[in-house]
Amino acid sequence: MNRLLSAIPVVLGITIIVFLIISLIPGDPATAILGSYATPENVAKINKDLGLDKSLPERYLIWLGNIIQGDFGRSFSLNRPVIDEVMERFNATLILSGTAFILCSFLGILVGTISAARQYTLTDKFITFIVLIGISIPSFFLGMMMILTFAVRLKLFPVSGMYAIWGGGDLPDLINHLVMPSIALAIVATGVVARISRNAVLEILRQDYVRTARAKGVKERSILISHVLRVAIVTILPVLGLQAGFVLSGSVYIEIVFQWPGVGRMLVDAILKRDIILVQGGVVFVSICYVFFNIAVDVLQRVLDPRIR
Amino acid sequence: MSNLRKYAQNLKKSVAALIAFVFFGFSAQANDILVVGQIAEPKALDPAAVTAVNDFRILMNIYDGLVRYKDGTLEVEPALAESWTISDDGTVYTFNLRSGVTFHDGSSFDAEDVKFNFDRMLDENHPYHDTGPFPLSFFFSAISSVDVIDASTVKFTLNEPYAPFLSNLAYPTGLIVSPDAVMKHGKDFGRNPSGTGAFQFEEWKSNERVVVTRNADHWDGQAGVDAVIFRPLTDGNTRVAEMLAGGIDLMVEVPPTSLSEFSGSEFTVVEQAGPHVWFLILNAKEGPFADKKVRQAANYAINKEAIVNDVLEGTAAVAAGPTPPAFAWAYNNDLEPYPYDPEKAKALIAEAGAEGAELTFYVTEGGSGMLDPVAMGTAIQADLEAVGFDVKIETYEWNSFLGEVNPGLEGKADMAEMAWMTNDPDTLPFLALRTQSWPEEGGFNSGYYSNPAVDELLNAARSSTDQAERARLYQEMQVIVQDDAPWVFVANWKQNAVTNSSVKNFNLQPSFFLLLKDVEKN
Repeated sequence: MNRLLSAIPVVLGITIIVFLIISLIPGDPATAILGSYATPENVAKINKDLGLDKSLPERYLIWLGNIIQGDFGRSFSLNRPVIDEVMERFNATLILSGTAFILCSFLGILVGTISAARQYTLTDKFITFIVLIGISIPSFFLGMMMILTFAVRLKLFPVSGMYAIWGGGDLPDLINHLVMPSIALAIVATGVVARISRNAVLEILRQDYVRTARAKGVKERSILISHVLRVAIVTILPVLGLQAGFVLSGSVYIEIVFQWPGVGRMLVDAILKRDIILVQGGVVFVSICYVFFNIAVDVLQRVLDPRIR
Repeated sequence: MSNLRKYAQNLKKSVAALIAFVFFGFSAQANDILVVGQIAEPKALDPAAVTAVNDFRILMNIYDGLVRYKDGTLEVEPALAESWTISDDGTVYTFNLRSGVTFHDGSSFDAEDVKFNFDRMLDENHPYHDTGPFPLSFFFSAISSVDVIDASTVKFTLNEPYAPFLSNLAYPTGLIVSPDAVMKHGKDFGRNPSGTGAFQFEEWKSNERVVVTRNADHWDGQAGVDAVIFRPLTDGNTRVAEMLAGGIDLMVEVPPTSLSEFSGSEFTVVEQAGPHVWFLILNAKEGPFADKKVRQAANYAINKEAIVNDVLEGTAAVAAGPTPPAFAWAYNNDLEPYPYDPEKAKALIAEAGAEGAELTFYVTEGGSGMLDPVAMGTAIQADLEAVGFDVKIETYEWNSFLGEVNPGLEGKADMAEMAWMTNDPDTLPFLALRTQSWPEEGGFNSGYYSNPAVDELLNAARSSTDQAERARLYQEMQVIVQDDAPWVFVANWKQNAVTNSSVKNFNLQPSFFLLLKDVEKN
């Protein structure tokens, strides 16, 4: 509970920084709306209509006051309440990055453990090679190549979007659209998790108690699962926490390539249109999400590692 | 065990649903539904509140205006108004409205509705003025009052003669919305639009689709397809992939480098030159470009053919002057573009004593109508350096770029990229070439060009209501401006679109609007 409360100043601080940065970069919303028609006169009129003629601290305090009353404001670039837009988008992002996170955790730990158990064999070398490629390849490039291969050529999966534009809208439809973007998003994180897992498992395999277990005649497989992984997970967990953040931020590229209607794409559009209110709304949700992830990791670690308790 | 069986059953159901979806999905799409790949999510479907071509593409199919552009031209013809008269001094326009027209929400259309539409935009005390802001309402700032004569007659009084008035009415900002729907939905009207157009609004699912269906009661006949689905596909490469995979039937703004993907017989590429001009603003107030010879030299030095053919892959034509040829009635056909002649450019620069001058060149990363600004800027830099200039490029993101360029180039830069798309030959020269439109006067003449003869021609053209007279004045203006060279005239963009072989009767308009009423699919 204390930790949750201590998250509030963190989120507040983030919103102040974001507010300042967006206000400091050149270009303003009125110019974004008017484009080549942005005369000083037209700009002043729009600024007045949008309430942007007030001073910066004043605008921030008004925004903050509204938030406390549960009003996230209205996005001028989308002409709808920020909260509606952010909730829809956030849902999409959680589905995508959640799937990618689960994929990278399971695959990463699995592959890393196999690699460690078969250290210096051909399997290990092959896995290390593949993992290296996975880490090095930019995810947007991989996404584009997957689209060309599996959607355009082989027509196995839809090119983009979250649901079919006609009919669909149910779970199989969602999964069908989710396969490519979640894999493209998970691949780098999987590589990182695999490398960390391999090292962690190798480290523990050298411990005395593992030798003792082997001497007792415990099967290799159950040594790996109940003696080694059970302990290695404590080392892997913080990395998973970091990867959750990585997957969340990496989803921006993937959302653009696959036209996934998520919060990352929303933020990019909102920044280009200087839609401060919408950016702020998105940032509040994303930062709350980060803070929660980190708290969750800490709590889990306490549960798994008796030494910290 | 029973759990496992349940799981298997569920799996079976899912697979069945998947198969059903695939079949249903395909059969539904083939069944007279046109899927259009748009370049972005629309902001709103309220024509008075939006500014982007992307939004106009949907709006032009849901709404009608009092007048519209004749198919394939930029000349005005009747729409919701059957006819009109203009007073001799050009300040009173009286429109006779079409009778028996109803909005999609069932309310009927009459003169009161027209008044409501313009008062909502222009009168700050109107009860529904707060459904704005209305950024392009200045198109109609010449209106001093809108009066209802009777149910089918409405009178517009202007505070001064303003020749572009009719073309502005044909622009999306002049489309007529249903007052009943505005009153019902207030600020959310933009998500619950109702007009009189050939298609009526059905559904808007954020970031996925906007669906419109055929309006069976349309006064100008029924649309050729049952429904149109607009999909926002912001990434150009993804849009191309969707087109290749069959996820959309029609895509607009094909990236030039992807055009070759659609050379097969299953696709049709459509092109149409529009009222667009891409140019370089030259700083005529200070530095080397204060000398007309150096400005002309820049026009000779830049290889525009190479830019449109190699950089833009043929998606634009070389521009000759400030007015795009798409305004056929106002364009001076005698105008020839400055030829590519580096030797002549060098001679002019030597005459002016501007050899080796340093130039600061503002380039944008992207932006509305800017085509491929970085690649074009680099090509221009190379051409100018070949004739002896020393060109330094400064690149800005579009919003920041406008923030630098619109207030004027004085003290900052010698040249800047710019592009305009307008609905009347008056707009761009009036706002960007007159002495009275220098930045400090609130105009867009960021290079401080000034020629009293041009000022006079443009002011006269604006107050004339005779199209032939206006045409003569614009043509004379184009000759002077071309010779004065306040800009480097570079390119006129040809808008393109790709359709698959099932789409029939599709044409692009010089207005760049996307009109889908007559499109058929089989």
